[in-house]
Amino acid sequence: MDAMFRIAGLEKSFGPIRVLNDVNLELHTGTVTVLMGANGAGKSTLVKIMSGVYPRGGGVMELAGQPYEPASPAEAIRAGVVTVHQNINDGVVATLDVATNLTMDRLSGKSAPLIFNPRRVRREARAVADRLGLQVDLGASISDLSLADRQMVAIARAMAHEPKVMVLDEPTSSLSSAEANRLFSVIDRLRAHGVAILYISHRMSDIRRVADRIVALRDGVITGVFEEKPLDYEGAVNAMLGRQMGHAAVTVADATRKVFEANDLRIAPSARPFSLTLGDGEVVAITGLVGVGKTKLAETLFGVRRPLGGTMRLARQDYAPRTSADAIAAGVFLVAKDRAESGIVADFNLYKNMSLPFLPRLSLGSILRTRAERAIAREQIQSLGIVCRNERDRMQTLSGGNQQKVMVGRWLSQPSQLLILDEPFQGVDIAARRDIAAKLRASAPGRATLLFLTELDEALETADRILVMSEHTIVGEHRNANLDMDRLLAQVAGEDKDDRRGAA
Amino acid sequence: MANIVIRYGFLALLAGLIIFFAVAAPGFASPQSAVFIFQSVAITGILALGVTATLVVGGFDLSIGSVATSAMMAAAYAMVVMEQSAFVAVLFCLAIGAIVGLINGIIIVYMRVPDLLATLGMMFLLVGLQRIPTEGRSIAAGMTLPDGSTATGTFSEAFLSLGRHRFDFFLPNLVPVSVVVLLVLAVLIWFFLEFTRFGRMMYAVGSNEKAAELAGAPVKAYKIWAYVISGIFASIGGILLAARLGRGDIASGNNLLLDAVAAALIGFAVLGAAKPNAFGTAIGALFVGVLLQGLTMMNAPYYTQDFVKGAVLVVALVFTFALSSRTK
Repeated sequence: MDAMFRIAGLEKSFGPIRVLNDVNLELHTGTVTVLMGANGAGKSTLVKIMSGVYPRGGGVMELAGQPYEPASPAEAIRAGVVTVHQNINDGVVATLDVATNLTMDRLSGKSAPLIFNPRRVRREARAVADRLGLQVDLGASISDLSLADRQMVAIARAMAHEPKVMVLDEPTSSLSSAEANRLFSVIDRLRAHGVAILYISHRMSDIRRVADRIVALRDGVITGVFEEKPLDYEGAVNAMLGRQMGHAAVTVADATRKVFEANDLRIAPSARPFSLTLGDGEVVAITGLVGVGKTKLAETLFGVRRPLGGTMRLARQDYAPRTSADAIAAGVFLVAKDRAESGIVADFNLYKNMSLPFLPRLSLGSILRTRAERAIAREQIQSLGIVCRNERDRMQTLSGGNQQKVMVGRWLSQPSQLLILDEPFQGVDIAARRDIAAKLRASAPGRATLLFLTELDEALETADRILVMSEHTIVGEHRNANLDMDRLLAQVAGEDKDDRRGAA
Repeated sequence: MANIVIRYGFLALLAGLIIFFAVAAPGFASPQSAVFIFQSVAITGILALGVTATLVVGGFDLSIGSVATSAMMAAAYAMVVMEQSAFVAVLFCLAIGAIVGLINGIIIVYMRVPDLLATLGMMFLLVGLQRIPTEGRSIAAGMTLPDGSTATGTFSEAFLSLGRHRFDFFLPNLVPVSVVVLLVLAVLIWFFLEFTRFGRMMYAVGSNEKAAELAGAPVKAYKIWAYVISGIFASIGGILLAARLGRGDIASGNNLLLDAVAAALIGFAVLGAAKPNAFGTAIGALFVGVLLQGLTMMNAPYYTQDFVKGAVLVVALVFTFALSSRTK
């Protein structure tokens, strides 16, 4: 079968960083190709090149056998490559009604009539909606619709262009499962219409439902193409996470004293409750794909969210934090995910960022002891090897890895019972990552350390014990020594659900 | 070089301005003139220090001008109509400021109304409310009340002395109370914002709310407190205004809001802070005062004042945003 859309040898760099490297990809009519890739694998860059947002760096793209070189998103759409973006509200204008949204591209075209004729708009919108079997009141305002309905409108609007290729970028990320099912039936309809679909997602349940083929992308390189039925989902996860054997393995320690335990904890409405025990001196990693509830669990332990059920105990006492301040007072610290958004105070210099959660301890009455703050910052700069001039440097002058070291140093500067780190290696270069991991392991005695990591490599490099999360619950547990990698990958892919005690 | 300009540019400009006026306008360089400048900026300066607190937490308070005039009317009403003592009148005003600030904070934090809109609404509400008890009339001793009778109370001497007493300072009867209050409040709020953990946390809330929350800060409480501080400072300004005028004048205080906001925003440029800060606010207020006093002494017409203030504000904002963002 000839490909409707073909990419060969595609390259893209941003400055010195190569994001896509010799990417080859084919999309066929009436076929759903799923593109899997972890964060930073280059998925969004690929989508943006296909939809005309970025120019490509090298290689060729062909649409129906013709060269395809869109200079702008509008040109891509005219050529027949339509993208439905992850953020649903980017695809619709919330203050207008459904009919206007569906026909908006015609209203703004060059040949559009000057006078707005509501009846004609309604008629055209009806035709667009019917093609997709869309059952939404055309007169309703978009702002009154659910996210799923908005998504349908965005897709229907995209369909109005009679696309040859449709790109869906994580379309279910904000939908409930019932809403997602409606989306899948629309995708079936598109497939029947002969559209070549590229579906980007890491949700295994979605992928199982819609995929005809799977392509795995890792660090800008296609690491696997799976098209033989039945599809090898485990192999795809493996290709996406890039399992590299023969790691410089850690010396695995076994926990002695129980520090933290959770019993029958439930963090999402339909999730199975799970239990969790963390010991003194132990470094435990929880791994799993994006969107399986890792951050939710981290926030639950830190008091930002309330659990839907179950109890927690910390150092033999009941632990039910209602705010992050409660958690900090009890000795539970969180190095939050995405430091720029939820960690760093950009207006503050290095030492002020470090001392932020501990100001009550670092002040006399309510007056700050700046000297103590700076001494603590100098200590952490020394012990983590933070590259900077001094403790008064602005945060923006530090590299990503050093900024992350400041965030880790902040929470290492005071003793804790349970130290939680959510994706601490995101946007961190490999040297800094090694430094941070080594420091975490070296300082581990006296507390329990819990890491949330999407990348399996990082978990294998740092943890004593690896827990696997899938669909908001813990589905597997492995001691990080001679662990059963196939089993672990199966659990990550959500295929091994019956026995939750893994090869412990 | 650019760094030096950003850091000291505004202070140098202020110094240059003072030297220029001292040479060009005879009598400018005298203690009386200096005190006059301070006195002219005392009330707007106090309001500006309050609004600085809301700017620090990333908010804004447009109701300060009307809080001040409401406090002025309330003080007059308490003494002239209700025949209360100066002490009660002052407490009454402070309570009004605190309550208005609290309501502003609650509307913004819990009802999620954007700060500009919430405080704009509060401004209109107060402008109307302060006229209701007297049916739109100014309040002075011996005024006719809505029911036809004559008010029997008067402004107490103690209260009036807040506006009229002058402390000896090198020269006898030199420094007015309002200037002393301004200086005390400026030092207080400066110390609070720079050297206490509460001030530090308020800056953290203003810069990255989520990070502050994850560091254990009660973000909502800090925001509400900022509006309470702003309300109380504005009511202090209102008390001083009432004491200076000796009546509750519905026509006064129109410029308070804009002048105070201008001073706080000019403060961003001082020492290259590029953020709200108490010291900068005080300098900003002083800068406007020096400029207006100097121009007045050089016989510049009164109607050029607003233009000059606006121009200074625009230049200061360019300083803050264009120059300092270039070196980042």
